[in-house]
Amino acid sequence: MKTIAFAIMLALFSGTAVAAGGGGDLMDAKVDVSNEASLQRGAKLFANNCMGCHSAKFVRWNALPEALGVSMETIEENLIYGSYEAGDTINAAMRPADGSEWFGAAPPDLSLTARARGEDWVYTYLNSFYRDPDASIGWNNKLLKNSSMPHVLWRLQGVPEPVYEGSGDSIQVASLEIPEGQGGTLTEAEYHQATRDITNFMAFMAEPVRAKRQEIGVWVIGFLVVFTILAYFLKREYWRDVH
Amino acid sequence: MSDATKAQGGLLGWVDARFPLTRMWNEHIGEYYAPKNFNLWYYFGSLALFVLVNQLLTGIWLTMNYNPSADGAFASVEYIMRDVEWGWLIRYMHSTGASAFFVVVYLHMFRALLYGSYQKPRELIWVFGMIIYVLLMAEAFMGYLLPWGQMSYWGAQVIISLFGAIPGIGEELALWIRGDYNISGVTLNRFFALHVVALPLALVGLVVFHILALHEVGSNNPDGVDIKKNKDSSGKPKDGIPFHPYYTVKDTFGLGVFLIFFSAVVFFAPEMGGYFLEPPNFEPANPLQTPEHIAPVWYFTAFYSVLRAIPDKFGGVLAMGLAIFLLFLLPWIDRGKVRSIRYRGLGHKIALGLFAVAFVCLSYLGLQAPSDVYFGLTVTLWAQIWTAVYFGFFIFLFTYTAFGFEKPKPVPERVTD
Repeated sequence: MKTIAFAIMLALFSGTAVAAGGGGDLMDAKVDVSNEASLQRGAKLFANNCMGCHSAKFVRWNALPEALGVSMETIEENLIYGSYEAGDTINAAMRPADGSEWFGAAPPDLSLTARARGEDWVYTYLNSFYRDPDASIGWNNKLLKNSSMPHVLWRLQGVPEPVYEGSGDSIQVASLEIPEGQGGTLTEAEYHQATRDITNFMAFMAEPVRAKRQEIGVWVIGFLVVFTILAYFLKREYWRDVH
Repeated sequence: MSDATKAQGGLLGWVDARFPLTRMWNEHIGEYYAPKNFNLWYYFGSLALFVLVNQLLTGIWLTMNYNPSADGAFASVEYIMRDVEWGWLIRYMHSTGASAFFVVVYLHMFRALLYGSYQKPRELIWVFGMIIYVLLMAEAFMGYLLPWGQMSYWGAQVIISLFGAIPGIGEELALWIRGDYNISGVTLNRFFALHVVALPLALVGLVVFHILALHEVGSNNPDGVDIKKNKDSSGKPKDGIPFHPYYTVKDTFGLGVFLIFFSAVVFFAPEMGGYFLEPPNFEPANPLQTPEHIAPVWYFTAFYSVLRAIPDKFGGVLAMGLAIFLLFLLPWIDRGKVRSIRYRGLGHKIALGLFAVAFVCLSYLGLQAPSDVYFGLTVTLWAQIWTAVYFGFFIFLFTYTAFGFEKPKPVPERVTD
């Protein structure tokens, strides 16, 4: 009977639900929000490359020091451009109306993107840009077709070119390649790491408490296991005269 | 009141002279004799009560920081998640609790099916339980709108539009429920009021009725034996043991096991792979943009599958309603003389097994896109097959038991383990 009940619970709990937006195979982001060095690099990259256009309006700057393992002064000096007041959240430099006009769509707020789209989606997206002369912004994205976002990290990655397959109406991008002479300042492995760091930072932003809750969770479950074992022996003691 | 209680002095005696405290304690806990052979299935009643209390308490604290307006709801949930001390824990306990509630309630209900706990004289316990279940669905549905995410919004939009399928009054009815032509802040406000005040009140009241009715007739057990038929000289059932301390201590152990699973979700997988918190719900509600794939939360998907299985919209709504309504009638559909599955006919054993499989399969299918294909058949076709099995169970059960086809095994005089 026990096994049946647990099998039912497992059956209910297993599998994964469909993530929204974009199809295709996703790369594995291997997010680790307890990796402070990665979060620091990710925050730096995010501040330098994303914050110009994207806000993260639910994320307070003062939530960063604890997770990144640095002081608020370091955050202020390295990440915040312009004035800062306690309790400020991450704002975009650009006004959303300008974004609409320049790119055709206002750049979305990135507070929760890693949870709404999934971490692997974000990581894959950052690795799916390619040069597309036909697109109005000069760039396209293999994961999110006709995305209105340009490849802001091209100096790091280089300029990927699409490799097409099929013909006529069914033509599609099969893979991306960076030709000789179009490389960026980073090697392929370094770029993967850089985008992984950004993804990691975005995962942190989507749920700042994540690392902490897992840490607390270990203690909670440890306590409950001890409690349950004691409760079991207490039950056995009480029930000694029943059977 | 016994003489011993009356004679008791002190604070308890003072209270007892003015309020039936000791009498109530004895009637429902201290001297409530429950069969001694409860098995694993019997944990889920007390667990459901525990989850109800969890939902009430975490709900109260969430309400303190939640803002029930279209402009502020989504941001206030993020405020709870980020800025309120331990707000994230309270919110995850509430969101995980919602799914946990249905897990334990479904297992609790299946226990009743296994051991015939709905049969005479426990029909009212079952009916109260079914009303609790329906109210719980309403409570969960309305609560799901409150975070005001994309799935909150569009899920509510789809479900309420179902009322529009009712001929004649449908559109007016849907309008009346929403209070607007679309889901809007008006809908959010009324759902909030119902979710935090009206439905919890009704739920708690019905849980009291459910337990009072249970204690009036006594608990069933895995053998389906009436333990009141065999009493000792002092009038206590020979196979009964006082609920306290025997079942309080046993349920404490069960609670511990449950909490380990519960905490594993709360602390390590609060989204439960997208089943408990759906990814699109981390985007604020946007009336202008429909999500690619709208699916209700897992605990509704069995009925959602039934709805989608019927090609006609109103027919689908009727079938869905009937799928729930038939459960209410179960005590009268089942004419069997034997309660427990252990002693019932082979036909019933197979039928009940198929019914459970149908429910699980329909739940799974409700999460998939209708055009997906499994083993060469589309989700829609599979849903039609399992819907037929679901309804077939009730038809079979009535035919099998009312016309004497069932050949039960002899039921023992006393409980067997």
